[in-house]
Amino acid sequence: MRLIVNGEEREVAGVATVAELLAAFKLEGKILVVELNKRIIERNAYSETGLSDGDHIEIVHFVGGG
Amino acid sequence: MNSALKIGPYEFKSRLLLGTGKFASLDVQSEAVKRSGAEILTFAIRRLPIDNPDAPNFLETLDLKQFTLLPNTAGAYTAEEAVRIARLAKASGLCDMIKVEVIGDPKTLLPDPIGTLEATKILVDEGFIVLPYTSDDPILARKLQEAGAAAVMPGASPIGSGQGIVNPNNLRFIIEEAKVPVIVDAGIGGPADAALAMELGADAVLLNTAVSGAKDPALMAEAFKLAVQAGRFGYLAGRIPKKRYASASSPAEGMIE
Repeated sequence: MRLIVNGEEREVAGVATVAELLAAFKLEGKILVVELNKRIIERNAYSETGLSDGDHIEIVHFVGGG
Repeated sequence: MNSALKIGPYEFKSRLLLGTGKFASLDVQSEAVKRSGAEILTFAIRRLPIDNPDAPNFLETLDLKQFTLLPNTAGAYTAEEAVRIARLAKASGLCDMIKVEVIGDPKTLLPDPIGTLEATKILVDEGFIVLPYTSDDPILARKLQEAGAAAVMPGASPIGSGQGIVNPNNLRFIIEEAKVPVIVDAGIGGPADAALAMELGADAVLLNTAVSGAKDPALMAEAFKLAVQAGRFGYLAGRIPKKRYASASSPAEGMIE
């Protein structure tokens, strides 16, 4: 499946949901927020939220800032 | 005497808010945060580096029970962008306060007043506790409060410039009529600047570069902690007025002849 993750096009195999995508990237348990096609996905909905070819995903976290 | 700083429904003992950007290392940062006594820490929201997810991250070192997170909308040049970032921050479940930062110009990083007001209105409606970073324009500060801002955060001078307070008059006007806390944010350079802000009657000071960019950030953090306290005591203690002529401290009577 072709996904655009944080602005970069990636070919990701074997993932059907947001939860599976995060697991594939080894991001489970990290403090982060997911936005799928400009819609924020709540954490408890990760395993039910399906992904489609061409989806835009933003995965963000907190960094140092003023 | 040492009354709490009240922002929205929250109360804090420390009147120094600390930014977490541009520290040389996590160790230096941890020490500086500790020595500052700050309870509120600001953060930015950025893309997680997918190919390097375990890169050192300051938030992950924190005991979140000891701090209140104040994420910012830094990077936003429009109200829409600021709102998007704010919603992402809130979705983390870690915080409902947001520092609205809508910038009008990349060189000066001065706030876009219209975008700032717009974003504040939208986010107040969505239940955020909004702390807008604003210019030192008293009318804008008034409108932000009318829009429901939980505090107003006028800049002393451009972000990271270290110039200190360039317009104490306007800050005084803002402080005089404010119905919410006034937190001087941006441009603080040295402890004297923070003390002055508090002596003018500000409720708190927010700074980042002044500590992270100092040669000894941990020591500077402590200096600012003391400066904010000194300025606050000075304000509450009621200073003497400035006079044109002298007023002798020693008595006139009883002089030997």
